[in-house]
Amino acid sequence: MVYGKWFAMKLIRLCTLLLALSIVSFCLISLSPIDPVQAYIGADAMRVSPEQRQEIAAYWGLDDPPVMRYLHWASAILRGDMGTSMLYRTPVADVIGERFLHSAALMAVAWLASGVIGLALGIVAAAHKGRWPDRLITWYCYTIASTPAFWIGLVLLVVFAVWLGWFPVGLAVPAGVLAAEVTLLDRIHHLILPALTLAMVSIAPIALHTREKLLAVLSSDHVLYARARGEKGYALIMRHGLRNILLPAITLQFTSFSELFGGAVLTEQVFSYPGLGQATVAAGLGGDVPLLMGIVLCSALFVFTGNLIADALYKLVDPRMRKGGDG
Amino acid sequence: MVPLLEVRNLQITFTRYTGGLRQHQIKVVDGVDLSVAAGEITAIIGASGSGKSLLAHAILGLLPGNAAMSGKIMYRGEELDARRQEALRGREIAYIPQAVTYLDPTMRVGRQVRLAAGGDRREAADKQRRAFRRYRLGEHVEKLYPFELSGGMARRVLVAAASVSDARLIIADEPTPGLPQAEVREALLQLRELADSGCGVLLITHDIQAALGVADRVVVFYAGSSVETAHAQDFSGDGHLLRHPYSRALWRALPENGFEVLPGAQPQPSDRLEGCLFAPRCAMATAACSKERPEMRHVRGGMVRCYHAT
Ligand code: SF4
Repeated sequence: MVYGKWFAMKLIRLCTLLLALSIVSFCLISLSPIDPVQAYIGADAMRVSPEQRQEIAAYWGLDDPPVMRYLHWASAILRGDMGTSMLYRTPVADVIGERFLHSAALMAVAWLASGVIGLALGIVAAAHKGRWPDRLITWYCYTIASTPAFWIGLVLLVVFAVWLGWFPVGLAVPAGVLAAEVTLLDRIHHLILPALTLAMVSIAPIALHTREKLLAVLSSDHVLYARARGEKGYALIMRHGLRNILLPAITLQFTSFSELFGGAVLTEQVFSYPGLGQATVAAGLGGDVPLLMGIVLCSALFVFTGNLIADALYKLVDPRMRKGGDG
Repeated sequence: MVPLLEVRNLQITFTRYTGGLRQHQIKVVDGVDLSVAAGEITAIIGASGSGKSLLAHAILGLLPGNAAMSGKIMYRGEELDARRQEALRGREIAYIPQAVTYLDPTMRVGRQVRLAAGGDRREAADKQRRAFRRYRLGEHVEKLYPFELSGGMARRVLVAAASVSDARLIIADEPTPGLPQAEVREALLQLRELADSGCGVLLITHDIQAALGVADRVVVFYAGSSVETAHAQDFSGDGHLLRHPYSRALWRALPENGFEVLPGAQPQPSDRLEGCLFAPRCAMATAACSKERPEMRHVRGGMVRCYHAT
């Protein structure tokens, strides 16, 4: 009963969020200096006559006032039609679907790896507070945190792909190979460097957050009492620390979907990885309004889902909430 | 006979950072001498903020990282250093904390008591069940989380946890805050029982009347130092058996003894008094009192930190 009402509230929130987001994005795109017609014809500009330009603009409905265009787009969306991408000349839904599969693989690997490694590093740092493992880990975290993702990507690319030649320089599959002949191993081989880049960036905040939370827990009364009962070392941390920080850590992990997506945009760009992030950049620069709007909505949905899972977990896992006490 | 626990001239100093990198030191516990014998309850009384809880943490070796300790803590005649503290904590030395917040909020209380029992699973579960029965805790209680306990139940769970560990020394830090009278009496009687079964108990409290009801020996704290060790019977009549003027003032401030409240307040560690910490409020003070800190000395079977005590 309580859950039903909670879920309904969340759905309403989602609808208003998507509405507001679509309006804001549409305004921003309308104000953007990029001329979609120019972007559309690209290098052929010299051979396109003004009449043809008119026709193109009319075909895509670019002459209508922005409000009309928005309403037109919104009513199509409500009917389940996301429109056609100007760049790829295929339905937006298909572009996003295909791209999302690539991105999802990349983000899932990075997400899991950064979650597990970040948590582990945070625990080790807190357990050895002030000693060398702690210093090393915090040093790493602060260094990475102040380094942009694309730069880390470039460094990895230069070292592992160019110098050592262990990994391909870009793309998600080998170039010039028939789609049917691409093996899973090929895909993994192409995934490793971008996933590593994305994971390395995401580890730092997770490790620092875990360390901070764990230190707070370790200086709490109940840990003092546990130590007074003779508990110590990693056993104590696992029993009394981890339980207390795991929930916030998992929650943080789900709410980090937005950073993950942001990181993916940069990483995919560096590695020419054909995911959603790269499509976002292409759509933005090419003035591909339907695609850009589609991506905006989908990514919002993605981030929202992460937050929803985090909230639901909190409700489910905490004994105080589960047993219905007021704590 | 060698006392179970002996504390000699204990001092605890905290290093704090104020405004950037300037660090300064605060001596929070400044001269504590006391002893606890097997089969006895030694009560530590004194106003809050007199460093009593820190003493408990120091004996357990659980002071925070920015605290430095000097002086000596002896357990059964041997120095209680960090290594011994770690080995004895939760085995020979048990701690009864003051509130339910000392229980892990995410773990069922039964498991926490079993962790205190140690040993293998079956044995620990057995001990926990027996302790729960002994302290009137129903079988369902072991499955509860700390937030589901009432104040009295929480207190009994904490005593149960101390009783399962076969401890010789029990340190109880304010075990009765905010409990109804009946619960307080029960809690203290349970400590008395533990002492009668051979344990030494160090009872830290600000409830003087409650402490006097069960204690054998009483240590009076003032501003982070112990000023007197008396027998519980010395607290009687007009307090003339007491040795230190502050002990007498505490005694006379009790409602049934006339409610004579001593004017003034405890000095803060930052006041850095040179001489006797009580001098600013002492009616017997002489010029010598504020020159140098008095040492603990033996007077009439007790100990006192005062130049003019007889
Ligand atoms: S030493 Fe002096 S000031 Fe201190 S309690 Fe004794 S008489 Fe009072």
